[in-house]
Amino acid sequence: MFSLDLLRDAVVFGLLVGCFYAAVSIGLSVAFGLLDVPHIAHPAFLVLGSYCTYLLCQYGWDPILAGIALMPVFMLLGMAVYRFYYVTFEKRGTEAGVRGLAFFFGVVFIIEVGLVLVFGVDQRLVEADYIGKSLTIGDMRLPLRLIVAFGVALVLTVGLTLYLSKTFTGRAIKAVAQDEAALRLMGANPVRIKQWAFGIATAVTALAGALLIIVGPVEPTMDRVYIGRTFCVVVLAGLGSMSGTLVAGLILGVSETIVLTLLGASWAPAVSFGLLLVMLGIRPQGLFGR
Amino acid sequence: MKPQRYGFWVGAAAVLGLAALAAATIRNEYYFFAAYVVVQFVVLATAWNILGGYAGYVNFGTSAFFGVGAYIAVMMIKATGLPLGLQILAAAAVGGALGFGVGLLTLRLRGIFFSIATVAITIILETAVINWRYVGGATGIQILRPPVTEPFESYIKMLFVAVVLLAIVAVAIARYIETSWLGRGLRAIRDNEEAAECSGVPTLKLKLLACTISGALMSAAGAPLAMYQSFVEPASAFNLTYSVSALAMPIIGGTAHWLGPVIGAVLLGTVQQVVTVTVSSELNVLVVGVLLVLFVVAAPEGIVGLARKLRLRLRSRSGAGNS
Amino acid sequence: MSEPLLKIDRVSKHFGGFTALSEVCIDVAPGERFGLIGPNGSGKTTLINCVAGSLRNDGGSIRFSGEEISGIPAYQRTRRGIARTFQIPRPFSSMPVVENLLVPLEYVAHRGPLLSADTRAEAMAILETIGLADKAETPSNRLSQVELRKLELARAMAARPRLLISDEAMAGLAPNEVDEVLDILFKLNDSGITIIMIEHIMQAVMRFSQRVICLDAGKIICEGAPRAIVANLDVQRAYLGA
Repeated sequence: MFSLDLLRDAVVFGLLVGCFYAAVSIGLSVAFGLLDVPHIAHPAFLVLGSYCTYLLCQYGWDPILAGIALMPVFMLLGMAVYRFYYVTFEKRGTEAGVRGLAFFFGVVFIIEVGLVLVFGVDQRLVEADYIGKSLTIGDMRLPLRLIVAFGVALVLTVGLTLYLSKTFTGRAIKAVAQDEAALRLMGANPVRIKQWAFGIATAVTALAGALLIIVGPVEPTMDRVYIGRTFCVVVLAGLGSMSGTLVAGLILGVSETIVLTLLGASWAPAVSFGLLLVMLGIRPQGLFGR
Repeated sequence: MKPQRYGFWVGAAAVLGLAALAAATIRNEYYFFAAYVVVQFVVLATAWNILGGYAGYVNFGTSAFFGVGAYIAVMMIKATGLPLGLQILAAAAVGGALGFGVGLLTLRLRGIFFSIATVAITIILETAVINWRYVGGATGIQILRPPVTEPFESYIKMLFVAVVLLAIVAVAIARYIETSWLGRGLRAIRDNEEAAECSGVPTLKLKLLACTISGALMSAAGAPLAMYQSFVEPASAFNLTYSVSALAMPIIGGTAHWLGPVIGAVLLGTVQQVVTVTVSSELNVLVVGVLLVLFVVAAPEGIVGLARKLRLRLRSRSGAGNS
Repeated sequence: MSEPLLKIDRVSKHFGGFTALSEVCIDVAPGERFGLIGPNGSGKTTLINCVAGSLRNDGGSIRFSGEEISGIPAYQRTRRGIARTFQIPRPFSSMPVVENLLVPLEYVAHRGPLLSADTRAEAMAILETIGLADKAETPSNRLSQVELRKLELARAMAARPRLLISDEAMAGLAPNEVDEVLDILFKLNDSGITIIMIEHIMQAVMRFSQRVICLDAGKIICEGAPRAIVANLDVQRAYLGA
């Protein structure tokens, strides 16, 4: 039955989860929103990050520390991937559009199946002090792991947004997204900047992957539902809008938990995809798009 | 590229004749089960290529159309018991409508948004079917198959010949589109959509047409699944393997020519059958993914493209030898 | 003047907060050779995009041959007789040169399946006039810059336009190449096609245009005969900066 308490709980949960969704998507905001890379493999890298975190946790690491430690590794991975993508596809021009997309689609499956072969199809989870406990505020019981994820996600999202708008390199990244030719005239190498940006996007995704496995157990096919969530957030925010990502994540989080409360878990995966389709249909430039 | 009009139809008749002959003579039904899957992929790959190869819009949601076809067939068997032919037609009609709808929603936007939308459709449809009791929900539905029609002795032989016929229809349609002015318009769209529009090509209409035909054929390919398995469930009907295979096969075979998807489907389909039986079905998907990436990176024009380059090289070598 | 072929009436275009065009009014007479100049970023290509249909104008009206075309999709405007070339050439790179022309021939001039022999002959004829006949079977992604510009013009011609908009077709070309392209444009105008030329190369504009308009920051700052425009102080200021 529907009650105000239930709605309030759903909204609070939704906000916590929504911030997490923003952190999970901000890497895609950079890779696709700014750099125009058809990075449909972004959620696959997210899940990969979760499993790498899992591996480190088997050796006693705390998941968040593991995520942070993975960031430089994923940074290099991202830079390598971008370099490969650029040399193979972007340089060749318009024909490359289909191939670039197909390439990333293939990568999705390779990662997914690779994870199945190595880890199996069962769910994996990690343990930490903050996983399993709850915080009681008033008459609400909030899982501590969600609050921790919310906090880290907030720092991550705001941090990256500030980096892009306040630092020199960050602004160069935004500039290259808008006018590559002008940047070249100023003596900067746009390819190196984009490579760096893609690396950062992937590094951020590593930590987001750690948050993913903190928030709940993971299994290899989770990347599929996250294709919906991440692209929904990015499209809802509007391509190129970093600050919009946080708002969009919150909107998605709250929408999902409300649907979950009203209709049950089996409808939840469709919310992000449905919202995505609606946005594409009525306002494809998103809420804050350029 | 001279359309060898009669050559194609003679070849098609020969293929159909061979299929009928095989159905009449070969005893071991296993071959038909395996061949059915391969020919089914010929249809899917050819259908995918009409939009993906010719127009350049990458459909990630082949599974959605395929699954829809299977479930339309299931619903028809449950409600009416009509024969396979009508099931296929009904599936094609629904698939076409779905393709038109998805296209209308997203073909105005950039290519990648269309692709993401196709993923969205797949998941949404799968979720809807899982929640729908009439067609069995998540657990699926068992159907009672009507008796086999004459002159076929068994179900699988009938389905095999039906899917061969469907493949011939699909390839004929693709070939017609490719060699006609429609194909030229689609290629213009793929090469440079804005220039195509300014050259008088009604880009949205053509894309919608390609999307509708592609969707219809994909759903038609899914219809016989109901009878093939006599059991349909969302996890297998909407399996993402169909999406990645339908995309990989034309890329591996070659997207510019109607033979490409056929070659890709036959090769990759056979490899898949072998791997699934001898090793595992996960490795099957890994093989498809790796081959897809390999070809996209190293041989973007596919096997057809490699063959063309080989022919040119041999021709220039013999020409140089003569002069 | 008698009924203008193209009447741009108070056309505006905004991109978010940025105003690219502000109440632009231009009348182009049938058969006229019209020049459009202005510094980079002044809105010339945006205006062309609005006329050709690649962009939709936010305010004002655009009338072609008396008919309001603001809401009509680009391909239909091409069918009504407006053709344009692109500043950076956009060939159909998977097709040979002659096939590039078959696209507009089939979709504009003939509207449907026709004996391919006929359309090919038409395409070859156009290539002859433009000097690309010997490159007919060359893949279009292997052309030189000036050949690409000629292909752009050839493709526009294949659409049998009444109005041809040439967007910086001569940018970056050597003087003799500029003359080649200019000759083609003169020939087209002689056959009755109205031409709007957007150019930076002043001597080309002077030689070609009967009338010139100068655009700056989305507004018309000067209009008149070529010599008068070039001598105008506002125009000089716009190009050189205040």
